[in-house]
Amino acid sequence: MSTTPTRTAAALGALALTLAGCSLTGGGGDDEAGDGGEVTVVTHDSFALSEDLLAQFEAETGYTLTFVAPGDGGALVNQLVLTKDSPLGDVVYGIDNTFAARAVDAGVLEPYTSPDLPDSAGEYVLDEALTPVDVGDVCVNVDHQWFADAGLPEPVTLEDLADPAYRDLLVVTNPATSSPGLAFLAATVGAFGDGWQDYWADLADNGVKVVEGWSDAYYVDFSGSEGAGLRPLVLSYASSPAAEVTAGGGDPRTGALLETCFRQVEHAGVIAGAQNVEGARAFVDFLVSADVQADIPGQMFMYPVDTDVALPEAWAAYAPLAEEPHDVPAEQIAAEREDWIAAWTEIVIG
Amino acid sequence: MTTTRPTWAGPLWALAAAVPLAFLAVFFAWPVLALVGRGFVADGGVDLGGFAEVFSRPRTWRILGLTLAQAALGTAGSLLLGVPGAYLLYRTRFPGRAALRAFVTVPFVLPTVVVGVAFRSLLAEGGPLGFLGLDGTFAAIVLALVFFNYAVVVRTVGGMWERLDPRAEQAARALGASPARALRTVTLPALAPAIASAASVVFLFCATAFGVVLVLGGLRFGTIETEIWVQTTQFLDLRAAAVLSVVQLLVVALALGVAARTRAGQERALRLGAAAAAAHPLRVLERDPRGRWRPGPDLLPAGVTAVVVAGLLALPLLGLLVRSFRTPGGGWGLENYVNLGTTGGPGTLSVTVWEATANSVRVAVDATVLAVVVGTLVALVVSRRPRSRSGRRAVGVLDALFMLPLGVSAVTVGFGFLITLDRPPLDLRSSLVLVPVAQAVVAVPMVVRTVLPVLRAIDPRLREAAATLGAGPARVLATVEGPFLVRSLGLAVGFAFAISLGEFGATSFLARPDRPTLPVVIFRLIGRPGAESYGMAMAAAVVLAVLTASVMALAERLRTAEATPW
Repeated sequence: MSTTPTRTAAALGALALTLAGCSLTGGGGDDEAGDGGEVTVVTHDSFALSEDLLAQFEAETGYTLTFVAPGDGGALVNQLVLTKDSPLGDVVYGIDNTFAARAVDAGVLEPYTSPDLPDSAGEYVLDEALTPVDVGDVCVNVDHQWFADAGLPEPVTLEDLADPAYRDLLVVTNPATSSPGLAFLAATVGAFGDGWQDYWADLADNGVKVVEGWSDAYYVDFSGSEGAGLRPLVLSYASSPAAEVTAGGGDPRTGALLETCFRQVEHAGVIAGAQNVEGARAFVDFLVSADVQADIPGQMFMYPVDTDVALPEAWAAYAPLAEEPHDVPAEQIAAEREDWIAAWTEIVIG
Repeated sequence: MTTTRPTWAGPLWALAAAVPLAFLAVFFAWPVLALVGRGFVADGGVDLGGFAEVFSRPRTWRILGLTLAQAALGTAGSLLLGVPGAYLLYRTRFPGRAALRAFVTVPFVLPTVVVGVAFRSLLAEGGPLGFLGLDGTFAAIVLALVFFNYAVVVRTVGGMWERLDPRAEQAARALGASPARALRTVTLPALAPAIASAASVVFLFCATAFGVVLVLGGLRFGTIETEIWVQTTQFLDLRAAAVLSVVQLLVVALALGVAARTRAGQERALRLGAAAAAAHPLRVLERDPRGRWRPGPDLLPAGVTAVVVAGLLALPLLGLLVRSFRTPGGGWGLENYVNLGTTGGPGTLSVTVWEATANSVRVAVDATVLAVVVGTLVALVVSRRPRSRSGRRAVGVLDALFMLPLGVSAVTVGFGFLITLDRPPLDLRSSLVLVPVAQAVVAVPMVVRTVLPVLRAIDPRLREAAATLGAGPARVLATVEGPFLVRSLGLAVGFAFAISLGEFGATSFLARPDRPTLPVVIFRLIGRPGAESYGMAMAAAVVLAVLTASVMALAERLRTAEATPW
C-alpha cells in the first residue's frame, strides 16, 4: 500500500476543497503535453470494431488507441458530465439521440463535425458537436412460427398490440432501466403525442409484461429465440432476426414489426478539454470512413449511416430498417424524459 | 491483573490501526463523500433542500419500507435455514461433506445477472416452476436473497461451531437436559456472537442487494440501492442519489449498532476445542435396542439442509448447467465450452473467456492479499479490549467503520473513484490497480467478520498470562493468537478470493476493456444477440461456479490441514 500519512492529508485537503465547492484545476496542463501519440476513446460497453481496422488506423496516423468503456449509453453520458473538469479521454463514441441533448447542454463536447460525413447521414445531424456514426431501430419482434401454429394473424401496428386478440403476448423492457425500453416509450410518444399515456394504459390492460433488461426479455420470456418463453412478441431490434439465422441456413423464425420502431442514432464527438484534439478528430473521421462503416453491422449490430456501404447478406434479407420510424426530437426527449418515465411508471407499474 | 507492556506497544497498535484507516479513507470515504457532497452543493452553497423534496415523494417511503422488509425476511430466512446447515456441515461427519461445503458457497459469488436469469428461467410463465406463480413477486426476491446468503450463515456460524468445545453440551446432556434444551441453553448462546455477526452481514447484503432485485422484482420492488443506481446512472439526479445514500448509510449504521449491541451483550470467552473432536458421525436414522430403525437426532437438520440444497441451491444451478450444454443449433454437446477458447462471434469479446478467467484470477490474488492484510489488521486491533472507556469506544467505532463498505452502493463508489482519484497525486482512473483495490474494499468486511469472532473468543486471560510471564506483544500474538488466526485465515482467504472472482458492480466501472474479468465477460455475452453468445455466457458462468467451488474447497482443505490439536 503506497498510502502514506502525507498523501492521506493531501487527500483530505482535496476533499475539503471539493466539499467547499472550489473547483480544482481542470484536467489540462498538469499531464504531459497533447502532442504525444495517444488517443483515449471513451465508449459504451458494447463497442467493437475489427482488430485489423484499429491496427490500420494506428499505423496510418501514428496514434496509439486506448479504450475506456465505463457502462451503457446512459451511464456513459452521465460519466462525461460528472468528469467534465478532468475528462475521461479525448473522443467519445456511443452517445445516442435519447441522451445527446444532455451531453450537448452540459457542454462536455467540443464543436466538431467530421467533414467526411457521408451525405446520407445528413438527416441525423443534431448538433455541430456530434457526428452520427450508425443507426439502429428498436422494434417489437415477432415469433412467426408461434403465430402460424396458433392460426392468428401477426400484429402490424402499435394499435394492434393493444388489441384484446393479442392479450398477454407482449413483453417489453422498463424505460427507466433499459435503453430499448426508453426508445420504445419514445416511439409511443412519437406515434400518439399527448395520447401516449392512454395507449400505455390500454397496453397494461392488455397484459403487457415488463422486465428490466433486454437479455431477460429475449431469452426468458420470448418464445422465438431459445423457444423457452411463452410470449411471441418481444421488444428488441430490427437487426435481431438476422442473429437468429442459424449456421444451417434457412429463414429465421422471427421478424421485426417495422411499424413499431424508434430509430436510435449513435454519435461520436470530441470531448471538451481533450488532451489530443487532433487525434480525437482523426478518430471521428475514421468512424465514418467506408471501411469502418462496413465493419459496424457485423461488430455492433447497428446499421452504417453511410447508405452506400453494402449490408451483410442476412441483414439485407431479414433485417431491413423501418421506412418511417416514429420520431421525437432529441431536445424534447432531453426535456421530458424524466416526466415520461415517472408517468409511465405510475401507469404501468403502479 | 497488572501487565507490564513495553512502551512501544501503544504506537504499534496505533500504526496497525492507521494503515487500514488510511486505506479506507482514500479508497472509500473520500470517493463516496465527494460524490454525495456533489448532491448537496449547489451554486457554491450547501443545499439540503433535497431531503425535503425526496422525502415528500411517496415512492421514497415505499422503497425504504421494501428495503427493510426484504432485508429482514432475507436475514430471517438465511438464519433459519443456515443454522441447521452449519450444524450439519460442521458438527457431523459424512461422505461428501467437503464437496457439499464448497458447493453451498457457489451461489454467493455468482454474478447477479446470471442468477437473475437462472431464477427467472425457473419461475417465469412456462418455466419448470412457473405454476408457483412467483415470477415478479416479493417472495421470489426473498428466496433469491436466501439463495445468495445461505453460505454466509453456514460458514460463519459453522466455522465457530466446529471449534466449540463439546464438553459443555455433553455436561448439560449428562445432567439430564434434552438435546433441544442443551441446544437452547448451552450451544446457541455460545454461538451468539457468530450468529449476530452473520446476521448483520446478511442484513447488509440483503438491504443493499442490487442486480438480483432488479432482475427479479424490477422497479416495483426496488431497494434504496436500485433507486440510487437509477437516479445516478439514468437520471443523473445526484441530489436524490445523495439523499438516498445518506438514508442507506443510516439504515446500515442502525443495523450495525443493533448487531454490535447484541454481540457485546452476549460476548464471552469461549472454550474452543479441536475441530476433529467436535464432529460426530451423522445420525439420521438409528437402530433401537430391538433392531428397529427410528429417527436419529440429526434427522431434522439433515432434512432441512437437504431441502435447501436440493430445492433452493441446486435447482437454479442445475438449470444453468443443463443450458450450458445446449448447442446454438438446438442440439446438445460441448460446443459452448469449445467456444470459450475463442472471442465469440465478431465484435463480441476483446479476449477469450479463458484469458478473462486468467485476468480474474490475477486480480483476485491481488485483491485477496490487500483484503486479508487490511482485514486482519482491523480484526487484531478491534479484538483488543482496552482498559479505558474511550479506548473501547474507539475500537467499537473502528469495527463499525469497516463494515460501511457493505452498505454503500457500488455505483456511488465507482462514480466516486472517477471524480476523486483522477488527478495527481492519485491519478488512478485508468490504472490496473483500481480493480483489485475496489474489490478489496468490498471484501475487507467479510475478512473482518470471519476472523474477528474467533479472535474475540480467545480467553483474554491467555494473553494476560503470557504477558505476565514476560512475553512481548509480538510473542503473545505469535503464540496465543497465531494458531487461531491461521485457522480462520483459510476461510477469510477463500471468501476474499471468491468475492473478488464474482464482484461485478464496481469492476464493471473500472475494468479496462482490454483486461476484462470473467463476470464482465459474462455480462457482455449475455447482452449480445445470438444463440452462440448466450450459450457461451452459460458455459462461462459454469466455469465461474466451478472455479469458485474449487477455491472454497481448497481454502477448506488448507484450514483442515492446519487444524491440528494444540
